[in-house]
Amino acid sequence: MFRGITFIPPDTKIDFVGQRAITWFVSAFLTIVPLVLVATVGLNMGIDFQGGTLIEVKTKDNPANLADIRGKITGLGLGEVQIQEFGAPDEVLIRIASQPTEEEQQASIAKVKGALGDSVEYRRTEIVGPTISSELIAGGTLAVVVAMIGIMIYVWFRFEWQFAVAAIASLVHDVTATIGLYALLQLEFNVSSIAAILTIIGYSLNDKVVIFDRIRENLRKYKRLPLVDLLDRSINEMLSRAVLTHVTTFLAMLPFLFFGGEAIYGFAVAMCFGIVVGAYSSIFVASPMQLILGVQREAFSGSPSATKDKSEAAARA
Amino acid sequence: MLHFQKWKVILVSAVVLAGFIFAAPNLIPASALQGLPNWIPHKQVNLGLDLQGGAHLLYRIDEKELVEDWLGTIRGDVREALRSSRIGYVDLAQNVSARSVSVRIRKAEDVDKAYSELRKLAAPVGNDVFGGFSGNDLEVTKTGDKITLTATEVGLNDRISSAIQASIETIRRRVDAFGTTEPSIQREGRNRILVQVPGVSDVQRLKGLIGETGKLEFKLVDPSANAAEIALSKKVPPGDELLYSEDEPPIPYVLKDRVMVSGENLVDSQPGFDSRTGEPVVHFRFDAAGSKRFGRATQDNVGLPFAIVLDNKVISAPVIREPILGGTGQISGNFSVQEANDLSVLLRSGALPAKLTVIEERTVGASLGADSIDSGKKAAVVGMILVVAFMFAAYGLFGLFANMALLVNVALIFAVLSLMGATLTLPGIAGIVLVIGIAVDANVLINERIREEIRAGKSPIAAVDSGYSRALIAIIDSNVTTLIAVLVLFWLGSGPVRGFAVTLTIGILASMFTAVTVTRMMVAAWLRWKRPKELPL
Repeated sequence: MFRGITFIPPDTKIDFVGQRAITWFVSAFLTIVPLVLVATVGLNMGIDFQGGTLIEVKTKDNPANLADIRGKITGLGLGEVQIQEFGAPDEVLIRIASQPTEEEQQASIAKVKGALGDSVEYRRTEIVGPTISSELIAGGTLAVVVAMIGIMIYVWFRFEWQFAVAAIASLVHDVTATIGLYALLQLEFNVSSIAAILTIIGYSLNDKVVIFDRIRENLRKYKRLPLVDLLDRSINEMLSRAVLTHVTTFLAMLPFLFFGGEAIYGFAVAMCFGIVVGAYSSIFVASPMQLILGVQREAFSGSPSATKDKSEAAARA
Repeated sequence: MLHFQKWKVILVSAVVLAGFIFAAPNLIPASALQGLPNWIPHKQVNLGLDLQGGAHLLYRIDEKELVEDWLGTIRGDVREALRSSRIGYVDLAQNVSARSVSVRIRKAEDVDKAYSELRKLAAPVGNDVFGGFSGNDLEVTKTGDKITLTATEVGLNDRISSAIQASIETIRRRVDAFGTTEPSIQREGRNRILVQVPGVSDVQRLKGLIGETGKLEFKLVDPSANAAEIALSKKVPPGDELLYSEDEPPIPYVLKDRVMVSGENLVDSQPGFDSRTGEPVVHFRFDAAGSKRFGRATQDNVGLPFAIVLDNKVISAPVIREPILGGTGQISGNFSVQEANDLSVLLRSGALPAKLTVIEERTVGASLGADSIDSGKKAAVVGMILVVAFMFAAYGLFGLFANMALLVNVALIFAVLSLMGATLTLPGIAGIVLVIGIAVDANVLINERIREEIRAGKSPIAAVDSGYSRALIAIIDSNVTTLIAVLVLFWLGSGPVRGFAVTLTIGILASMFTAVTVTRMMVAAWLRWKRPKELPL
């Protein structure tokens, strides 16, 4: 009977947490550099957050004559206009800056359609007015914050506050790193980017909770083991699982990069990146944080008489 | 571990079977589904606008216009009330930004009487569900000889609500005439209406039809005024107004202010053709009051032109050849067949209570939608094959169990989506793939745990048993945290993003059932059957 290949040997003894001097530096790099990138290069804000008009057209000539289209549209006096190839040589994306009022925005699209006429097929039109874009910014920010707080409360309730803080710290790390990727690759940052970030938060936390769960178990099991060794032991025990899980999820998302089409490309890039970063931060941020925060062993090693203890009760529930 | 209670086995099998049955219609093309007998489930997953093409239009109603209209009405009511109780007044004025109308009473002794008369104008605003009282729509105050009527917040909200309701009705009639299937028109927030029309190709025309106010008026042309001169000098005689036609260049008309008959008196309008010239026209019919008024007005003005005015634009200005007493007539104005058709829809559906502005528009063409389905399908299938192959490579037989559970999971997602009438979007397809990753994670956790237990020297059955029960805590904790993030996503998002949250939620919940319960049952059955000495893990 085929037993499956053991990709990761069961008795690894890598001192992940032992190397924390180096990995703290890497983590700090992954958190700070994105902020610098966003501050200097900036995000490629999509019309969701900036307002404006986006028109995707398929041209009858293949490849599209970008210069011709640019010529026809820049003469319309619509302010800043971006014209670029999108996905295929005969597909063109036209982005027009936000107009002062919603009425003018509606007029702008009529003008573009007038100028291009029947020479193209209109595949997609998006117009986001100034009211909506500011609402989307507020809503997106609020969503990320609310999700983080909700998760923190849950982890605090199920584990200990140290775990909750470690979880949030590593999530902040994941989120900034992902935003940094958007800035670095100049991927369009829009509502589906927020969806990607929230999904990364959820997925990455999923992974941290699994390791926390093992740390909690080992804290009960090995009462004398130094914390550094206990953390390393927990990570090593979960290493095979972590690798297999991340490889499968990554394999599942990967085809979207190649076949998913332009509409979902940015989302797929962020997700693939998020899976890797999340795996990194579980091992190199969330776990060593326990050392700094000083997990209280008593909270987990309580004897049966200590049933009043919150975490004990929760663990048994 | 080996023993499952019979009812549990039956229940789980029933759920799995139901999953496949209700997911099955999605494999059959809709056209073939029509021909099948009724007892076979027919419900398919709704495709989002991003997959089937269509328009998403978010409108905002013009609150300022509503306030202005309302203040105008209040002013009329004040005038009426004071006149009928013979109270002299001056300085009747409205202030839009303060949402108020004020008036000064001439004689000091009349002030109290006027105040009590005007207070009668305030009407209670009912809470329509419980019939409860939530306040008056007007607040009447007096300072010295001045009485001020202020529109309250409650009153304004009530006005906006009813205007939105009326607009939704009107839009529905207009969109229905467009002949598309299943448009969705709903209120969003305080003053917005979201219109979603799947499968529409001519969005420009749709917007024209929805956004037009549709206020129709019949007015007499002032025969004594020289329109061309007045258009230049802008000196409009009192009681008249200057309007233009939609021609290029626009033709000016000087019309009497007073409305002969308005669109409110219209009971029907249909597109048709002029019996003599054969050009497209719109036939209309007035109600009894409208017929009477129109008859009288045309009788008195034979030989003179009158104007048909739509949203303050003159459509045409024919000369009255003879009194029109039957209450029917036709509007001609160099229309194309489609324009005549749209105009008749506009008139039939009634006017919008206030102007609507598009504040967000997202339109996807049918061809892009079809491309997205293709690429989404392809990516999902490739992703699924990779995962299934990898799981088998990593765990052999136990990987196979996990893969079978995965299939059940996907079937359940489609079954629930179909039954709920939920919408599948392109991000939703990515969501299904992510669920595959998460569901497989549960099995990875379980299988790794079983391997650990074997290494600790446990027997196959004991190892499987504690593998499942110990992994369960981690599976639940990790899935709940993911669900927290996903629920926030559902609350935040609209359209495609919400579709993603929906599939992810259904998928994660289903995965707890399939990856844990279903595989466990399969493993137990296999253990009972083979009684292996050691596990192939």
